[in-house]
Amino acid sequence: MRVKLIPITAAATLILSVGLLHARAGGGTVSGKVTYEGTPAKAKAIDMSKEPSCAKQHTTPITTETVVTGPNNSLGNVVVYISAGAPDDAPPSQAAKFEQKGCQYLPHVLVFQVNQPLEVVNDDQTSHNIHPLPKVNREWNKSQPPGSPAIVDKYDKPEFIPVKCNVHPWMHGNFAVMKNSHYAVSGDDGGFKLPNLPPGKYTVTAWHESYGEQSQEVTISGSEAKTVNFVFKAKPY
Amino acid sequence: MRKTNMKSTRVFLAVVMMSVLPAFAHAQQMESHIGKWTGHSDSGKQLYFRYCWGCHGYRGDGNGENWLPTGSYAAQPYLNIQPRNFASATFKCRSTPTGTLPTDQDLFNAISRGFVMTNMPSWIALTDQQRADLVAFIKTFSPRWKNDKAGDPITVPPEPKLTVESIKHGQELFQKLECWKCHGSEGRGDGPSASTLTDSNDQPIRPYNFAVGSRFKCGSTNQDLYKIFMTGVDGTPMPSFADVVKPEEAWDLVHFLRTLQVAHKSPELALWESNKEGAEQIESRKLYGTPTGSGVKQ
Repeated sequence: MRVKLIPITAAATLILSVGLLHARAGGGTVSGKVTYEGTPAKAKAIDMSKEPSCAKQHTTPITTETVVTGPNNSLGNVVVYISAGAPDDAPPSQAAKFEQKGCQYLPHVLVFQVNQPLEVVNDDQTSHNIHPLPKVNREWNKSQPPGSPAIVDKYDKPEFIPVKCNVHPWMHGNFAVMKNSHYAVSGDDGGFKLPNLPPGKYTVTAWHESYGEQSQEVTISGSEAKTVNFVFKAKPY
Repeated sequence: MRKTNMKSTRVFLAVVMMSVLPAFAHAQQMESHIGKWTGHSDSGKQLYFRYCWGCHGYRGDGNGENWLPTGSYAAQPYLNIQPRNFASATFKCRSTPTGTLPTDQDLFNAISRGFVMTNMPSWIALTDQQRADLVAFIKTFSPRWKNDKAGDPITVPPEPKLTVESIKHGQELFQKLECWKCHGSEGRGDGPSASTLTDSNDQPIRPYNFAVGSRFKCGSTNQDLYKIFMTGVDGTPMPSFADVVKPEEAWDLVHFLRTLQVAHKSPELALWESNKEGAEQIESRKLYGTPTGSGVKQ
């Protein structure tokens, strides 16, 4: 019985993995640009004088990153992802790294998958407390003085989670916890690209921390490349 | 005729509201286990809708009418701190690590103790069984109690002997861990970040002022104080220091924090006062005089 099972299992595994590899390597691409219309809020200057060890790390003035724009109304820091149509993916084993440097969060929006390790490091000469504020996942709040080891954690449900440091009120970032591996964050030019999409019907969703979420349907056949653009209504406050 | 109709409609509506609204709070049954007591949510429900819902609300979300008044004369909340939202299942006073659910005993202690400097009184007047029943009912407001287990309580090692060195080391930690950023260098809750603090509901919140009292939000013993900074006060800016403070160091910090409570006689304060450096520090922190001005040297 056992002898018979092995070749069958092996064959099945082979077919399955070839199938998966095929889907991963080829497939279609969804790309596009995120822009805004209207007047976005002006980035505000951040005064770090209360934290001299951070202030001296910056030669140029630091501003808030709640709305990051580029030329031609392009909108950065938008998470574009497949919200429906794609199966849930197993998380990568590599940790997503969230860095505290110069009393800022790098990156401002960190995207990772459900159950993927999250690693929070403090490069500063001051204590930070990392306080993500989830509604669906569990809320924790940990202190991280200079030189302490990375805080490692994970989230078991998809969610957009604001992150703050209570000691330094200007520090504000976001975790985006995804169900699958099809996601991208728009650059300052608003551009994004979701490669390796197997043929199928998908819902592509764009999320911005101040302007909310919007979705579009897209159907991919073969290895075609489709363009999907998003336009957010900017609020002047 | 019409009037009677309206009246009966109103009565009918009231009856419907009274029977339907509490049903929102999940029909599921929960139990709590505190020592020899076993609490039952169906008994706790009766108590909750008698004693608790005015502040904590029908849905246990902290939006009771004392927080969100609806009457024409009451535009402002009656309470200054929003009551706990049981639906979020985030609790301040735990013996368990940050981000985990508290034990039944933790919730039982919170109900029994009340919360100092808030509108939550001590419910010691209810019997142990009644408080255990309430704990069970509170757990029906969030599905998290079904899906997750309570965290494992942290280990609090026996308190070492109190020494001047221990207090001094605690003071170094207070500096190094930057406790003073919020609590202030003298523990008066007036650090540089204090005025910017908000809790997880975006409500302003004050850091604890050690100089005014003897009790903490989560108890009054040295053990309670140990647990507060080793588990964090979830839902507030107070983080957990469990990953960065060793157990023996934690006791040093406890000993030092007690000396910041200048209005509270403690062995720690007495010992610190007997030390030259300590005596100078305490002297400079003491407040003299009375509200009427008598006893103030002119």
